[in-house]
Amino acid sequence: MSDVVEKTLTALPGLFDSQTGAAKITNRLRQLIKSITELTSKHEEENLIKQELSAMKEQVSSPNTTMKQMREIMVRAMYCEMLGYDASFTYIHAIKLAQQGGLLEKRVGYLAVSLFLNEGHELLLLLVNTVLKDLQSTNLIEACMALTVVAQVFPKDMIPAVLPLVEDKLSHPKEIIRRKAVLALYKFYLIAPNQVQHIHAKFRKALCDKDPGVMTSSLHIYLQLIRESPDSYKDMTGSFVTILKQVVGGKLPLDFNYHSVPAPWLQIQLLRILSLLGKEDQSTSELMYEVLDESLRRAEMNHNITYAILYECVKAVYTIHPKAELLEKAARCIGNFVLSPKINLKYLGLKALTYVVQHDAKLALQHQMTIIECLDHSDFTIKRETLELLFRITNAQNVTVIVEKMLDFLRICNDEHTIIHLVGKVAELAEKFAPDNSWFIQTMNDVFSIGGDLLQQDVPNNFLRLLAEGSESKEEDDQLRLYAVDSYLTVLKGHTSHLPQCFLQVMSWVLGEYAHLQESVDQREVIRLLTQLLDQRSVSSETRVWILSALTKISEGQTDLILDLAESLSSSQDTVLRQQAQELRHLSQDSQLHEWALPRGAPWDGIEVDSSLSFLDGFVSEALAAGAAPYKPPHQRQEELCEDRALNLEPYGFSLPVSLSSCSITDRQSPTLLSVSSGLSGNSTELSQKAGSSTLILEGVKRVWGKDGYLPQKEATAPPVDEPSAAVQPPSQQEAAERIEPRPDPSTQNQDKQQLASSLFVGLGVGSSMSLLGKSEAPPLRFRKKPRPHESSSSSSGTSERSSDSSSRSSRNTTDSFLYSSLLEEEPAASISAFDHTPKSTTANGLAQNKDTKEDRRANTSQILGGDMVIVRPSTIQDKHPPSVSSDLTALLPADLKDLPHSDVISLTSDPSLSLSSCRLFRDEALLLVIFISNCTETVIKDVAVQLTCEELKTVSLRGSVGSVHSLSLGHCPQQTSSVRPLVVTTEEYGKLWLSLSHDVKQNLKLLTDAGDPLRTTLNALKDALQLHVVDIIGSEGIVACRLLSGAPCLLHCRVNGTALAMWLRSPHPALPDCILYHCQRALAHH
Amino acid sequence: MIKAILIFNNHGKPRLIRFYQYFAEDMQQQIIRETFHLVSKRDDNVCNFLEGGSLIGGSDYKLIYRHYATLYFVFCVDSSESELGILDLIQVFVETLDKCFENVCELDLIFHMDKVHYILQEVVMGGMVLETNMNEIVAQVELQNRMEKSEGGLSTAPARAVSAVKNMNLPEIPRNINIGDINIKVPSLSPF
Repeated sequence: MSDVVEKTLTALPGLFDSQTGAAKITNRLRQLIKSITELTSKHEEENLIKQELSAMKEQVSSPNTTMKQMREIMVRAMYCEMLGYDASFTYIHAIKLAQQGGLLEKRVGYLAVSLFLNEGHELLLLLVNTVLKDLQSTNLIEACMALTVVAQVFPKDMIPAVLPLVEDKLSHPKEIIRRKAVLALYKFYLIAPNQVQHIHAKFRKALCDKDPGVMTSSLHIYLQLIRESPDSYKDMTGSFVTILKQVVGGKLPLDFNYHSVPAPWLQIQLLRILSLLGKEDQSTSELMYEVLDESLRRAEMNHNITYAILYECVKAVYTIHPKAELLEKAARCIGNFVLSPKINLKYLGLKALTYVVQHDAKLALQHQMTIIECLDHSDFTIKRETLELLFRITNAQNVTVIVEKMLDFLRICNDEHTIIHLVGKVAELAEKFAPDNSWFIQTMNDVFSIGGDLLQQDVPNNFLRLLAEGSESKEEDDQLRLYAVDSYLTVLKGHTSHLPQCFLQVMSWVLGEYAHLQESVDQREVIRLLTQLLDQRSVSSETRVWILSALTKISEGQTDLILDLAESLSSSQDTVLRQQAQELRHLSQDSQLHEWALPRGAPWDGIEVDSSLSFLDGFVSEALAAGAAPYKPPHQRQEELCEDRALNLEPYGFSLPVSLSSCSITDRQSPTLLSVSSGLSGNSTELSQKAGSSTLILEGVKRVWGKDGYLPQKEATAPPVDEPSAAVQPPSQQEAAERIEPRPDPSTQNQDKQQLASSLFVGLGVGSSMSLLGKSEAPPLRFRKKPRPHESSSSSSGTSERSSDSSSRSSRNTTDSFLYSSLLEEEPAASISAFDHTPKSTTANGLAQNKDTKEDRRANTSQILGGDMVIVRPSTIQDKHPPSVSSDLTALLPADLKDLPHSDVISLTSDPSLSLSSCRLFRDEALLLVIFISNCTETVIKDVAVQLTCEELKTVSLRGSVGSVHSLSLGHCPQQTSSVRPLVVTTEEYGKLWLSLSHDVKQNLKLLTDAGDPLRTTLNALKDALQLHVVDIIGSEGIVACRLLSGAPCLLHCRVNGTALAMWLRSPHPALPDCILYHCQRALAHH
Repeated sequence: MIKAILIFNNHGKPRLIRFYQYFAEDMQQQIIRETFHLVSKRDDNVCNFLEGGSLIGGSDYKLIYRHYATLYFVFCVDSSESELGILDLIQVFVETLDKCFENVCELDLIFHMDKVHYILQEVVMGGMVLETNMNEIVAQVELQNRMEKSEGGLSTAPARAVSAVKNMNLPEIPRNINIGDINIKVPSLSPF
């Protein structure tokens, strides 16, 4: 081929004889292209271009180069850049051409600039004046070029300079200028939305422009604006409908027809706008039914572009408020798409089905055979889209078939992006709908080995979390774990060198945790298998750490093996490994220590944590004595660092009014007014969130030391314990018979497909019990997945409950469970566990909180039985109070408690003979729950035994003297806010504290505007509802502080922002801000 | 938004590259290579859409392409563009090229890269579809060409030269961008 070109090109000079000058110029490019085509290797090309570039460099710097030559050089430079070579020395000349040249030079110059430079390039500044000049030019072409370059590349901060000129162009007599101006403004809007806010009215004018072309351009803007906030443009629905009606009705000039379809691109744009406007809005949707119907009807001509319109129509019909008649037509359209022999239409049909299937599962059923055919289609894109569709229709009955199809696809797929995407979906489906343990484990094995290290980290994390936390009964969890252990042992016995690291990590964690469940397997065998892995070269050092942690966990009693291993690793290059080997050795030699550090099975909560690190006191004092600098916490260091820079960084110090006022100017700045510190804290939040999301890894790799010091308390909250109070029904197992396994039968292929169809689409039918929409409601989920961040601790709250008699409970643990459980309010079991802390903490204080009103308001002796029930035995029963006096019950509070702030007395429940009421008292260090038991009968009740089942606290059994048992259920769940206490600090202290806190959350809340001072009213309302302390209110900002019973503070910074209250919360606790925020929202909503 | 327009030949040689979103130079080359790799291995009878290349921004993006004889025209767009709409826009663009260059072929694109850019500028401006009407586009381009002619007629020479080249007998180069495809409108789809 190259010699043909050569022949061609050598023939060229003859043609140019008459015009030597021009020929010479253009010849250079020809020469270049010709020589490039002659070359055979990339290397030669590189050399040639390098020569060419240096020649060009010489030429551009020569003063004799004419403008024409310059133009030609520019084109050559573009060519070189296109091939990927750097021609940056020409950039400045491109700008020069645009600045100085005539029209032709300008054109090349502008083109080169828009190809070479990006928005942030500094040279663009040199262009601004030229653009300004050209925008003002009376020459149409110059103005056009300037507008074009403005829309392609323009520095953001220079927009204000050209904005007025571009705006003026909106009323230019020439249609093409107006149109380009509209698009340039749209571009400005995308880059810097607030700079064009004031010209929204002009956008409307553009929409009403007499030229349909300008109107079309303005739709770009409206599509974007409406996508951002559909509500603000509802009033324009009528206009858009009218425009579409006119277009569809053929009112536009014939020029706008494309293949005799009137302005198809305009129609597409309008349909998109309408669907955005009509989404979830019945009245707006009603306006457009007619025109949608018309579009559907008119678009039945047969050109590609009509299908584009139809597709948009169908999507619009399914997006807006449904109308049966239209839906029916749209469904028919989808059918036509799906059944079309045109592959592009089939693709769109599948896309439409995927979109629609959530509304109308029947449609998928109708086209099941086509879908099956698409599954085996030769086109990769079609296959992928089909799987996407299947993903949407998966239910508990067809999950095995669909997942199998997906895995088949994945095995032959080599596109990284697709693999990541799809593997995540398989994992999601497996978790949601797994029919049984072995299938689940097997599928996850496939996921890990196929997805490998491309997998997103949350897939293995979720899986391990699921294994660790379990869901329902302990036996079932153990069964699942057992399956996993068995399956992994089998995998490890085979070839392991090809396994992805992530899979190895999962396996080692599971084996470390649960290998002991499998009694039939010798632990030595497990150790041997894991040790083998360590010897493999392909295993990364991160994985080695996982494996070693696993070994540490199962090493008990196998001292000989372990010592060998520790010996061999103690010379490892990797310091982490070496440290672990040391730990391993120590632990294996001291079984008591091992038992204490790594207790097997459930009782994680038994771990005693010396969070004050007192055992290091000796070391510290020695070091101090030896002259070491005392430890400073990070925030203190940060503060000092800031002080060094001689800036006043105390946000709420004496300079407060100043900083606050400037703060409100700069809007959304940190109250510290310090981008440095806010940036830092932002980072730390991110970090800690990251750490939060990877808690599982930390669990697995028993890290003892971390950034913040000794870590094991973390583990105390995280490890697997099943929730003792889990009230969820075990899922009804899907009968295996229901699923028809697709076993290919070569003779009857069609029947085969039918079978596949029936297994794929099972559960989708009308008569089927499973409703597709009901993904959320219907299918009993195999693995109940708990809300992410809270799960580990909500289970730990259960365990801490069990150990409530243990005197050494870490207070941190308590807070955690409070926090998390309060976030989980909809889950009764968990929220009650928060409540449980009351008995614990009060009994620890030696105070009885269960009082019998009949009992002379005298404190009872309460006993804790079995750790989870409190029995109160009143000695005598004397007075009688009719149940109606419950309002006076507070008067009956014991004297020492009377002065405490308390909630209203709430009547919990009653039956003919007894009534129960409760009242919460807020003590600084505890929440007291006082339960009033009133006798409603005339007879004296003797010997009332109150049995309070703390675990669930749903039922309280009362045993009367007669021996009959009354079971009264406590319908009322105590509020979690009960554990919040005001934190009294000064503004200055607040400022210091603010800096030191890392976890922050920001949100806008409702402002109570009904009073004169909305901020004060709102804060007072919050104060009353949540027991907060309002530290200070300055102007439009207020600062509020509170703390948990256990001491964790939470600081709230509020600022009036229009009609909303911008609230910024900070706390050392990751979840506390969210929790407080939630309660603030509730309190304000109730107000 | 259109993120990029790439034209390359069957061997992956770029013929026209236009990015509407900033990518570093080496990234651009990588995108071209990867796109060529993705597109070139697809048969002509599969659909014209490709989803989720990892380079240009993930799953929201798709490649919409057409293959004419020796050239691939690839538009990389986000989800706010209509697939079939872009497919026809490519057709409009190619038909316009055909009209401006009188039977366009790959050589025209090589030797008149700048002109092709000017035409493209009238179709897509800063990533947004500006004009879809071929006559309008041609009118705009001609307006600019008149200005060129008024500069002395020198620059018309290369065009003449190229058409001379084209008329020469060069059997081995597939010279035309499949004129048949361009002149014959997209075959109509089977009726509903």
